Amino acid sequence: MKKLWKGNEAVAEAAIAAGCRFFFGYPITPQNEIPEYLSWRMPEVNGTFIQAESEVSAINMVYGAGAAGGRVMTSSSSPGISLKTEGISYCAGAEIPCVIVNISRAGPGLGGIQPAQGDYFQAVKGGGHGDYKCLVYAPSSVQEFVDLTAKAFDKADEYRSPVMMISDGLLGQMMEPAEIPPMVDLNKLPKKDWATCGNDQYRQRIIESIHISPDDLEAHNHHLFKKYAAMQKNEVMVEEYKCDDAEVILVAYGSVARITKAAVDELRAQKIKAGLVRPITLYPYPTACLEKLAKQKSVKRFITVELSMGQMVEDVRLAVNGVKPVDFYGRAGGIVMVPSEIVDFVKGGKK
Amino acid sequence: MKKVFGKSRLQNEVPLHYCPGCTHGIVHRLIGEVLEEMNADKNVVGVFPVGCSVFGYNYYNADGVQAAHGRAPAVATGVKRVAPKSLVFTYQGDGDLASIGMAETVHAATRGENITIVFINNGIYGMTGGQMAPTTMLGDKASTCPMGRDPKTHGHPIKVSEMLATLTGPAYIERTACDTVAGVLKTKKALKKAFEYQQAELGFSMIEILATCPTGFHMRPSDAQKDMKRAMDFYPVGVYKDIKGGK
Repeated sequence: MKKLWKGNEAVAEAAIAAGCRFFFGYPITPQNEIPEYLSWRMPEVNGTFIQAESEVSAINMVYGAGAAGGRVMTSSSSPGISLKTEGISYCAGAEIPCVIVNISRAGPGLGGIQPAQGDYFQAVKGGGHGDYKCLVYAPSSVQEFVDLTAKAFDKADEYRSPVMMISDGLLGQMMEPAEIPPMVDLNKLPKKDWATCGNDQYRQRIIESIHISPDDLEAHNHHLFKKYAAMQKNEVMVEEYKCDDAEVILVAYGSVARITKAAVDELRAQKIKAGLVRPITLYPYPTACLEKLAKQKSVKRFITVELSMGQMVEDVRLAVNGVKPVDFYGRAGGIVMVPSEIVDFVKGGKK
Repeated sequence: MKKVFGKSRLQNEVPLHYCPGCTHGIVHRLIGEVLEEMNADKNVVGVFPVGCSVFGYNYYNADGVQAAHGRAPAVATGVKRVAPKSLVFTYQGDGDLASIGMAETVHAATRGENITIVFINNGIYGMTGGQMAPTTMLGDKASTCPMGRDPKTHGHPIKVSEMLATLTGPAYIERTACDTVAGVLKTKKALKKAFEYQQAELGFSMIEILATCPTGFHMRPSDAQKDMKRAMDFYPVGVYKDIKGGK
């Protein structure tokens, strides 16, 4: 049954439904409703909620709980995610399944609390030290946030990898009708015979990210990148909207994609053949979709729309690879564009 | 021939990588003996953060988790919450516990987290090559205080057991020293008590063990052992917190 859910609370409940029973977090705006909700909800389902002493501790509690085999999540917002990146690198290196939610805000530094997409590079290009990737989901509605939460836990287990969901206060604070999926049966969750949870007989299972021999470490890096190659093959999610006959392709993700979709409809009403490509996974990136559209005869240009000074546009340019021109329209600092700004930009008018 | 002396069954045959005269080998052994005596050695998870003992899990027939520098109490918290029936311990040096990981240590203690911290205080960073630790005593020379620790520029050493004992959360805190056979036996007794408290779900326990680092201090092992007396004057051994009121 659909109910009116605030984005942050919907994600929290969706995590419970997905079998998450361990949450470790730290207060930061605009994600506070997630830990607040789980602080009373976890005890109801015999789960664990800890308000950690720091973002750093929170991600390391996630590391420990994930190592011991628990379905575990943390959430934060941009500056907090920066603090967690060391831990996320360790989770990737030690192959800890976990889900990290970034209700991101404007930066750099302390920045502001309004919506922004300046954490794109941090989310998809690594963020922390070393060669690693997280599977990154970017929902654009509360319902999609809920659905991707369930998927995030399953994929984290499947790939033994951290999975990140990135959004902003627009989605986190907004209320929309959404349906939470039924509770998963905890007994049917994947068995983790690698988990360091004791309860065994003199069996040495080790969770580590240290490989002091360069040969071992190179082999480990290859092992990780085999997983990322499998993600690239199997996990790409993208929405194409009115692209079939489009002359201008707008590329946007997350909450900005909703605004851009409205701009596409307005452009169509003005007889301008616009379309939208909305990456749902930011890593792996829907490169093939953009490659295909770059070769499509009707397409004359691409415009990337972001709440940043231009980050995802680099991946769009890599995919389009000079076949068609790629322009960029962005707002920064927490200012959210309105559809008419995008329409004006497409029509080549004023900013 | 009858075997009259050997390792605990929790320890495996992997040779230890520690320097001659280092105390890690003794403490590793004590942990194995204690858990075997408690018949609790099937349900053990050790958390080993960065430091000389980062590979500690290689020496036990038990589950082991390597942790980031200073983060072992947070990692152990996560493990313990998922596996509450297992005995979960961290094995940390002084740089790890009292410098970069002080926040994790204090907050695990004040939460009364039902884990055991084995804290090796040898007054120096061993693995990275003998730099000044938060516990380096005044006047002692290290590679980042080559003229000796001067409180004007380097500040004062931290007494962790005394500090944590001011908190309500911990169940049991004791400082021991592996300076003599008697000291080693006292350390074993303290470790056993700490794990028994954890088993009884009484909450947070920490054993601070004064230890040697002959390599870091450029000493002969025998001199390092003798020098521990100086550390014991500054860091008195004893029970600092016991919710059962024992001494």
